[in-house]
Amino acid sequence: MAVETELLAGLVIARLSGDIDHHGAKPLREAIDGAVIASGARELELDFRDVSFMDSSGIGLVMGRYRLMQELGGQMWLVNVAAHLKKVMILAGLDRLSILDKPIRRDGKEGKPGEPNQYHEAAI
Amino acid sequence: MNPINTMKLQFEGRSVNEAFSRTAVAAFVTQTDPTIEELSDIKTAVSEAVTNCIVHGYRDTLGTVYITANLYPDSRITIKIRDKGRGIPDIKKAMEPMFTTAPEEERAGLGFAVMQTLMDKVKVTSKEGKGTTVTLERSIRSKGE
Repeated sequence: MAVETELLAGLVIARLSGDIDHHGAKPLREAIDGAVIASGARELELDFRDVSFMDSSGIGLVMGRYRLMQELGGQMWLVNVAAHLKKVMILAGLDRLSILDKPIRRDGKEGKPGEPNQYHEAAI
Repeated sequence: MNPINTMKLQFEGRSVNEAFSRTAVAAFVTQTDPTIEELSDIKTAVSEAVTNCIVHGYRDTLGTVYITANLYPDSRITIKIRDKGRGIPDIKKAMEPMFTTAPEEERAGLGFAVMQTLMDKVKVTSKEGKGTTVTLERSIRSKGE
């Protein structure tokens, strides 16, 4: 379990890796919240590409960050979520928040699934 | 029906052992030749049950967690996860999705809901002050089917 954070023009990208469980959740949330608050960013992308395992502690982590970004008047979304992780997220109802693999367009409208994240690309 | 193989595991209820225990159970279950998805479901359910022992059963104390896994001739697996902790006063309430007694830890209250979704059967017995036993059951489908 680890997280690497990167700041790009108002967007924090948090790349998670390894297993997300109760044992590892606290340092993850502290690192992510620390990066968001220190940078004043209003957008947060959680990248699940290198996450091998997740239980409901991961749901707590995602919901907690969702609440933080709501409080800050910003938004967050998830990318690269493998099918076996998505299964746990869907049973928790995270699909209803429409934060799963949703590209955000620069004009603020929701992108189509599979469409590249324009905000992200522009920021690079 | 008698099991064709049994594994017993006991370990201290330290959170670092959550990964150890789900990986150990998964390694034992591997001999039934499960799919990646079945193995992932079992690891997740075991992780939920063991986390409950540590976060709730042994809240503010360090106790021992006991796991017994049985394999049956019909490719059925049972995994019993037991603590000798505080016990659950109201099991029905505890199993309600989103109910948690530990919101400060960002616990989502979804442990039992996850177990029930991923396993064929989940049985919970508990006695206040004596501890809790969760029994998970799952059939492994033959890959040819």
